[in-house]
Amino acid sequence: MLIRRELITRVVRLLIENRLEEGINRIPLEMRPRKNGSVRCCVHKDRAVIKYKLMALLGYNISDEVDELTPLSDYARMANQRTELTDTVLTVVDEACSSCRKTSYQVTNMCRGCVARPCMVNCPKDAIKFVDGQASIDHTTCVNCGQCLKVCPFHAIVYMPVPCEEACPVGAISKGDDGVESIDITKCINCGKCMTACPFGAVMEKSHLVEIFRNKREGKKLVAMVAPAIAGQFNADMGKILHSFKELGFDYVYEVAEGADITTKLEAAELQERLESGAPFMTTSCCPAYTQLVDKHIEQLKPYVSHTHTPMYYSAQVARHNHPNDVLVFVSPCPAKRWESFHDPNVDYTLSFEEYGAWMVAAGIDVSALRSTDIDKFPSAEGRGFGASGGVTQAVKALAPSTLKITDIQINGIDKAAIRQLKSFPKSCPGNFVEVMTCEGGCIGGCNVISNPKVALRQLKQAVEAAPSIVSIEV
Amino acid sequence: MDEKKIEVLVCSGTLCYLMGGSELQLLSECLPPDLRGKVDVKGSPCLDFCNHPKNGRPPFATINGRCIAQASVSLLIAEIRKEIKG
Repeated sequence: MLIRRELITRVVRLLIENRLEEGINRIPLEMRPRKNGSVRCCVHKDRAVIKYKLMALLGYNISDEVDELTPLSDYARMANQRTELTDTVLTVVDEACSSCRKTSYQVTNMCRGCVARPCMVNCPKDAIKFVDGQASIDHTTCVNCGQCLKVCPFHAIVYMPVPCEEACPVGAISKGDDGVESIDITKCINCGKCMTACPFGAVMEKSHLVEIFRNKREGKKLVAMVAPAIAGQFNADMGKILHSFKELGFDYVYEVAEGADITTKLEAAELQERLESGAPFMTTSCCPAYTQLVDKHIEQLKPYVSHTHTPMYYSAQVARHNHPNDVLVFVSPCPAKRWESFHDPNVDYTLSFEEYGAWMVAAGIDVSALRSTDIDKFPSAEGRGFGASGGVTQAVKALAPSTLKITDIQINGIDKAAIRQLKSFPKSCPGNFVEVMTCEGGCIGGCNVISNPKVALRQLKQAVEAAPSIVSIEV
Repeated sequence: MDEKKIEVLVCSGTLCYLMGGSELQLLSECLPPDLRGKVDVKGSPCLDFCNHPKNGRPPFATINGRCIAQASVSLLIAEIRKEIKG
């Protein structure tokens, strides 16, 4: 994570100086000088990994490479001329991957070779033999059931997961024959959990930084639309955060919390209409990783997902109306939102929270030292509250008529168990309003966030308290 | 007479936050019982250590004015103990 952030900062610094093509080949050398030791096997491997991570930051899939000799400066030049993006958001840096063994159970040297041999006795596939007085697992017959680990009295058997595969809730990332992970985009919901889980930083999010800076250089006006979770990212009030975008060179800034107010109004009305017409429950629709999960993996839940659009959609509609010829940039907590932005008719590019932070560092801006800008039009407290789990529920409850009895359920983070729970809802749902957040804690727990979610929640609460209630403003 | 508290300043500058410094805001609540009441933890605007490479890498904090680079909650607790021992 920290290496990625340093890389983003270095790329942004070159973009600010308009010397990306001249400077980018030097980054791997500067970060891994010959005499400073290496993290991996040698300095050359470290530099190769950095090169491919930079390729992702230039907006490329690593698999786009056709010639290994193509230098980063060539990719930078091509990126500067690129006119089309794709909705493939995540890319595996194969050079950094392949270090993990296939998920397996392993016998450690803590094995005492005991006489009872519960591991061997309990193995349903007879995959355990004793060799030289120690248990040995035959991985060609082992089915990874974990019985041996449970029964070993010496805790001599360990489970060795592949972190990215373990974190992926939908089985979208797996090893090829060469041991390298690859993402199946037909299954991937772009939640980014693999990116957070990989301790080698081998999963990268493709960036739009080159495009954003190119538009700025060409004299286009930039419009930032900041997701509500941004309020928790720095030790600064919302006025300072909004002001920081002006300092970075954006011409206009919108709080997507204003779009959240529209989502709230329409979702509350939709919930009322559905429940009154006999529907057993409705789920939220503002998390794009969740809606992709339903589209790709839980077809039976589709009829229960709200048709109301996300806060970003409504904010972008307003911003596009006000700025028909300008460049709309969504400032995002996660890769799923980058995917959603690509499919949104009004959003041009996405800037992750990490990229926003790195841009400030590269530009020498200390957000906490900025003056706080005057906010002309406050979104509601509830709209700002969309940044954390429970926020959507609270907002919908505030606007729904008091006669509507809402029994809410919160799915606070998607994992395999949560998916099993969601699959059961069409048959039996214990509530009538289900809020689903793919990341634990909501968007403040997204994989692009800068701040610890616990710290971010405190900061977000301050931004919520500074805004008026949704019932007191005109939406 | 009251024992003088150890003063910990945690940098809230943009670079320190980007490099994981927000975790340090949780130091007060992570202090082990024997250190509670002996340490005064405060947030600070950018401490300006990041502009001088000799100070090391962010995130930064200070303990009684002594600069701690690559600060983490566990490192700060260890350094606070050192400070108490003198």
